[in-house]
Amino acid sequence: MNEQHIASAYDRDLEAIQALIIKMGGLVEAAIADGTRSLETRDIELAEKVRAGDKAVDELEERVNEEAARTIALRAPVSRDLRIILAVLRLAGSLERVGDYAKNIAKRTFILAEMRPISGSDATLRRMAREVELMLRDTLDAFIARDAKLAADVILRDEGVDQMYNGLFREFLTHMMEDPRNITACMHLHFIAKNIERMGDLVTNMAEQVIYMTTGVRPEDNRPKGDRTSSIAAVD
Amino acid sequence: MTDMTPAATGPLRHGNMEQIRAGLAARARKQIRLQIYGIAAISFAFLMLGLLLVSLFSTGYKAFTQTHLTLQVYIDPAEVTVENLPRGGFNDLLEATLFSEFPEVTEPADVRALRNIFSSAAQFELRDRVVADPDLIGQTVTLRVPVSDPYDQLNKGLIDRETPVENRRLNDEEIAWFDALAASGAISDPINWALITNADSRFPELAGLKGALVGSFWALLVCFVISFPLGIGAAIYLEEFAPKNKLSDFIEVNINNLAAVPSVVFGLLALAVFIGWFGMPRSAPFVGGLTLALMTMPTIIIATRAALKAVPPSIREAALGVGASRQQVVFGHVVPLAMPGILTGTIIGLAQALGETAPLLLIGMNAFITSAAASPFDSATALPTQIFIWADSPERGFVSRTSAAILVLLTFLITMNAVAIYLRSRFERKW
Amino acid sequence: MNDMRLIERAVDMNETKISARNVNVHYGSTHAIKDVNVDIADKTVTAFIGPSGCGKSTFLRCLNRMNDTIDICRVTGEITIDGQDIYDARIDPVQLRAKVGMVFQKPNPFPKSIYDNVAYGPKIHGLARNKAELDDIVEKSLRRAALWNEAKDRLQSPGTSLSGGQQQRLCIARAIATEPEVLLMDEPCSALDPIATAQVEELIDELRSSFSVVIVTHSMQQAARVSQKTAFFHLGNLVEFGETGAIFTNPEDPRTESYISGRIG
Repeated sequence: MNEQHIASAYDRDLEAIQALIIKMGGLVEAAIADGTRSLETRDIELAEKVRAGDKAVDELEERVNEEAARTIALRAPVSRDLRIILAVLRLAGSLERVGDYAKNIAKRTFILAEMRPISGSDATLRRMAREVELMLRDTLDAFIARDAKLAADVILRDEGVDQMYNGLFREFLTHMMEDPRNITACMHLHFIAKNIERMGDLVTNMAEQVIYMTTGVRPEDNRPKGDRTSSIAAVD
Repeated sequence: MTDMTPAATGPLRHGNMEQIRAGLAARARKQIRLQIYGIAAISFAFLMLGLLLVSLFSTGYKAFTQTHLTLQVYIDPAEVTVENLPRGGFNDLLEATLFSEFPEVTEPADVRALRNIFSSAAQFELRDRVVADPDLIGQTVTLRVPVSDPYDQLNKGLIDRETPVENRRLNDEEIAWFDALAASGAISDPINWALITNADSRFPELAGLKGALVGSFWALLVCFVISFPLGIGAAIYLEEFAPKNKLSDFIEVNINNLAAVPSVVFGLLALAVFIGWFGMPRSAPFVGGLTLALMTMPTIIIATRAALKAVPPSIREAALGVGASRQQVVFGHVVPLAMPGILTGTIIGLAQALGETAPLLLIGMNAFITSAAASPFDSATALPTQIFIWADSPERGFVSRTSAAILVLLTFLITMNAVAIYLRSRFERKW
Repeated sequence: MNDMRLIERAVDMNETKISARNVNVHYGSTHAIKDVNVDIADKTVTAFIGPSGCGKSTFLRCLNRMNDTIDICRVTGEITIDGQDIYDARIDPVQLRAKVGMVFQKPNPFPKSIYDNVAYGPKIHGLARNKAELDDIVEKSLRRAALWNEAKDRLQSPGTSLSGGQQQRLCIARAIATEPEVLLMDEPCSALDPIATAQVEELIDELRSSFSVVIVTHSMQQAARVSQKTAFFHLGNLVEFGETGAIFTNPEDPRTESYISGRIG
C-alpha cells in the first residue's frame, strides 16, 4: 500500500501537524522532569521556569486545533487520515492538561519550599513522576511508529502508578496523624501525588487514542483501575 | 398457512393475464407486418433496378462486339500509285476482292447491294495502311473491316429470317451471300473497341463514344475548376468568417433553394446569358462546364458547410487558446479535418453533373460531331446527350449501342460514387 | 523518527499579476458578469467557485479574450495584466493568448502527433529558430507536465492515442510550451477519473512556482485542495475573495457559507 498521497502537499500538512504534537510532547516531558526536580531540590527558579513554560504548551494546542480544523476543511480526510486527525486533536487536548498538572506541581513547590520537608515521600514521588514521564515518551514513540503494542503496554503500566499513589495516600495520612504540623505540607504533597496520578490516567487516554488511530478499533475498556483510595476508610 | 395462489389475488387476476398476453401477441404481429412491408418495399426497388439492368444488358451486350469481314485485297498498281497518294481507287480494290468471291453477280442493283456488305469506312482503312507503307502497292494484304449495319444485325441474329421479304431489311440473296462468306470463315466477331475509340458517325458500325467522352471530360474539368475553389471558398467564408446577420441568412436560404432548381432552368440561363449575351461558342464544353458549375456549386457549398460544422468546436477552441489567428484555425485545423466530407460532397456533385442532360441539350451539346473536341471551345457532345442522339437515330444498330452507352455512363457514375464512399469511410472520425 | 519539520504557511506577499476593475459582461441582453473587481496574484493558484451559471467560466474567458470569438458578447471595464490593459485596441489577442495559456474542460489534443501538439504553439509564434530548439521546447514542456517518461518513446504517435488523464496533461504541456505567464484552466479535471484528477492537481501545485494559475472548478473540494486563494461567484457577482483556508473554515459572507456547506446551488 502506498504510504504517500498523490498530492504531496497533503503529506506535508499531516506531517506538520504530527510534528506539532511531538514538540508539545517534548515540552510537557521536560515540564514534568523539571517540575519534580524543582520540588526535590526546592529550586524556585526552576519552578518559575516550568510555570512560565506552560504558556508555550497552550499556544501549541491552539495551533494544533487550528491546523487540524484547516486540514479537515481543505482535505476532507477519510479512513486512516481521518483517524490521525481525530487522534491528534485529542492528544493535543490531553497533553495540554498534562502540562497544566505539571505547572500545578511547580506552583505548589513555591509554597513547599518554605516548609520543612516530609521524609520518605520524595523518593516515591520522584519514581511516580519518572514513570509517568516514561509512559508519555513511549506513548509519543508509539504514535510516531504507529505501534499499537507499545501503546497497549503503556496502558498496563498505569496500574503501577496507581499503586504508588495508593501507597503515598496512606503514608501522608500516617504523617498527618503523627504530627498535625505536617498537615499543610502533606496536603500539598498529596495534591501533587494526585496530579501525577491524573497525569498517568491522561497518558493512558493518549495511548488508547494511539491504538484507535493505528488499528481503527477502540481498545476494550479493561484497563486496570488501581486507584483504591476511594475505598480507604481509615488508617491504623 | 392459507393456500393463496398468487393468481387469485391482486391485479394479476387470471383475466388480465390473458389481455396482456393478447396485447403482446398483437404487438409482435404488428412488428412482423412492418418488417414484411419493409422487405417488400426494398424488394420492389431491387426488382425494378434488376429489370433496368437486365434490359440494358440484354440489348446492350450485342454492341460490345462488331462483325468484321476479312478480305485478301490485291493492291492493284493500276488503281493506286505512290504519286497519287492519298487519293486512289481504294473502294474499287475492295469491290474487286468481293466480286472475285461472287463472280456470278452482274446485275447493277445486285452489284450495289454486294458493295454494301462492307462498311463505307473500309476504304479509308485500306488507304491508311497503304499510306503508311507504300511498298504494299502491288501486294496482297489481309484486311479486316467492319461490315455494314444490316449485316451486323444479321450476324447477331437480330434480323428474323422468317419474316416476309418485303418486311425484311435484307433479301434472301443478300443473306445467301453473307452465309457463303460466313461459311468460308471470313466473318469474325471481335470486341468492339471502336465503341470507345471512334467518334460519332451516321453508321452504327462505326459509331463510338470518343467524342462524347472527351466532351464530357472537358465539361467536367471546366465544372470542377470553377465550382471547386469557388464553392469551397464561399462555404468557408459563409461558415467561418461571415458575420451572422440577416444577410447571411438570406444567402443561405438562396443557396439551399438553388440546389433544388430544375436543371433545365440552368440550361435556359446558359443559353440566354452565356451564348446570347456573352456570345460564347455554341455546343462548347466550356459553356457546358460553366452551366454544370452553376448547378454543382450549391451542392458543394452545402456539403462543405456541413463538413465544417461537423468539426467539433473543441478543436477550434484549442487552437485559439494556443494563440492561433482565425485564419490559422480555419485553414490549419478545421479545413483539413473537414476535407473528407468536402471531397465526398464534391465527388457526388461531379457525379451528378456527369449525368445531367437537359442543360447540355439546351446549349447545343447535342450536335452531330464526328471528331473529338481538341479544346474546351470546340463543339462537342457529352455522354448523356450522345445517348439522347443515338436513342433518336433510326438505324437498328443504334438500339444496342444506346444501351451500351448507358452502361458506360452508369459505370462511370458507380465508380465515382464508390470512390466517394471509400474516401468517406477511410477518413472518418480522425479526432 | 521521520524527518518532520514545521511548515510555515507562506504568507502571500506575491505581486498582483492580473487586476480586474468594474468588469461587466453582457451576452446580448443577459447581464452575465456584474461589476467584478479582483486582484489575482502571481505564482499562486486562484480558484473560481460557484454554482452553475454563476459566470465563473465567462470571467475566466475574459482574461484571455476568448470571448472575442462570440459575437454577442460585450465586455466593459478594465482588465490589466502586469499593468497593461488587455482590451486596449493596440493589443493583438493572438499575441495575448501566447502569454495567457488556456486548458479546457474536455481534453482536446489536436489530431496530430504528440510532438506536433506541443510544438504547434511555439511554431506559430516563432519561438524556436531551428528544429533542435523546438525539440528542446517540446521536451521541456512535456517534462513539466509530468508526461515525458510516458511519451518520450512515442512522440510521433497521435495525441488521441493517450488516456484521458494523459491527454489533459498533453493539453497542459501544449499550453505551457509558449512560456505563458498566466495559465487559465476551465474545469480541467471534470472529465477525468480520481487518480488522473489527483495527478493533474499535483501538477498544478508544481506549476504554481512558475505561473499564475487561475482554475475554474465546480468542485469545492478541488478548490480547497489545490488553491491558495479562492473567489466565490454567485449570479454574476463576486461575492467573496480570500485565502482558501479562511474561506473554507470561516467565510465572511453568508452566501459563501451556504454554498460551501451545500445549502444552496
